[in-house]
Amino acid sequence: MRKRKGNKIIKSAVFFGSVRLAAAVTLGILALLLLFILVKGVPHLSLKFLAESPENMGKEGGIFPVLIGTVYVTLTSVLIAMPLGVAAAVYFSEYAGKGRLVHIIRFFTEVLAGIPSIIFGLFGFAFFVVFLGMGWSVIAGGITLSMMILPTLIRSTEEALKTVPGAYREGSLSLGATKWQTVVKVILPCCRSGILTGLILGIGRAIGETAAVMLTVGGSLKLPVSIFDSTRTMSLHLYMLASEGLSQEKTYATAALLILIVLGINWLAGFIGRRLTKE
Amino acid sequence: MAEKEKVFEIRDMDLYYGSFQALKKVNIDIYRHDVTALIGPSGCGKSTFLRSLNRMNDLVEGCRIEGKLLFDGEDFYGKDYDTIALRTKVGMVFQKPNPFPKSIYENLAYGPRLHGVKDRKKLDEIAERTLSQVGLWDEIKDRLGKSALGLSGGQAQRLCIARCLSVEPEVILMDEPTSALDPIATSKIEALIQELSKQYTIIIVTHNMQQAGRISDRTAFFFSGEILEAGDTRRLFTNPENPKTEEYITGRFG
Repeated sequence: MRKRKGNKIIKSAVFFGSVRLAAAVTLGILALLLLFILVKGVPHLSLKFLAESPENMGKEGGIFPVLIGTVYVTLTSVLIAMPLGVAAAVYFSEYAGKGRLVHIIRFFTEVLAGIPSIIFGLFGFAFFVVFLGMGWSVIAGGITLSMMILPTLIRSTEEALKTVPGAYREGSLSLGATKWQTVVKVILPCCRSGILTGLILGIGRAIGETAAVMLTVGGSLKLPVSIFDSTRTMSLHLYMLASEGLSQEKTYATAALLILIVLGINWLAGFIGRRLTKE
Repeated sequence: MAEKEKVFEIRDMDLYYGSFQALKKVNIDIYRHDVTALIGPSGCGKSTFLRSLNRMNDLVEGCRIEGKLLFDGEDFYGKDYDTIALRTKVGMVFQKPNPFPKSIYENLAYGPRLHGVKDRKKLDEIAERTLSQVGLWDEIKDRLGKSALGLSGGQAQRLCIARCLSVEPEVILMDEPTSALDPIATSKIEALIQELSKQYTIIIVTHNMQQAGRISDRTAFFFSGEILEAGDTRRLFTNPENPKTEEYITGRFG
């Protein structure tokens, strides 16, 4: 009896230990990566780096136009994808029912999520850049990226919609609200933090994208003004710097900045999310 | 006694969920300013019936209703009948308190705003009037801006009743409004129901025989989709005509 009890304790300790180890390894890898990039990159970050234009294809100078280009392209894609994604999710979960057509549309949305980004890039290049004559531009890249992040937005909004208790719908309808009023004024406000999560994931994907951006946005280092200008995002810039071996310093500085921005966005999302749930 | 005015007149109502018939040839009259209690064992169709009166069953896929159903003399399942107007006149309070995850004030302003009230002063008045009606004004007047989710169960249910009153209904449907509440909160809601019956017509589903006996004027006993007996509450409880009714109210099954 005593021995068996001892066995149990050992088993539990081994199990607990290995779970801990797994967690530690995961954390360790992440920490190593972050530390590596930050240590090599942060010393080269400066206000000058942020505010100046690149020279010599990025070998010298800063990344100001690239920053603006990143914000521009990402914002465009989000502004296109967000209303579409939320509307589609509302349609799927509140209006569509369980018809065959809905099943098919849903299937294609899922497929959309799994398509490699270079395919999106190729399509964006052939369709928006060449066929529609947009040229390499913020708008061509924005639309292409919006197609890529659409499935994420739809899914996270739908998940959020599913968690809204039916009692809220009934409560609203019983007061003489239409379905539309119920969705807009009661259901969607409950989903704010879910939609926000989808948005952050989408922004993350858009900011991190390289291949699709290269084929649709081009890679100009000039400061973009109109949405029909070509520009370059940070990931693309990083790719160019690294692949052409232009400057180690600038490469790591850009990488560090990219990481800091992504971390910042995640932190902000968590902060806003907490505020929203408190309300 | 003068003939009382009929609010609902239901004749030969059948209700189907797909191929399952949940209500069979239901006949009942609901009179103005009465409290009508619907009793019966679980699954007997009383909640289903209640939810037909403001067309909440429209939300259920495959639900089909036949028969003659009149509200204020009009066929409210007719082709041109305005469901929104019906639900405004026939309010509902649910089994579990379901305040919206908004502030207390917003819960009360929501309904009136739907129907076009935008004036802040008017909305303030409605909030104060309805909260006073449910006896909640003094308790929570200082935290109208706080989330309604912070209220206790009894308070939340009274807020839901206030929310229902905010659009000035004629009829209030209550689906076991006290089954999730403790005895003290329950007795408050019961007193409230009696108070409200002076101005409103109330139809309440309850599992609690004593409750039906205490607060209702008329009672209908549902059994497997049919109304076996309906009539004056005191008469039905003291001298039931149907042996099944007697068995149920004396607690021999249910």
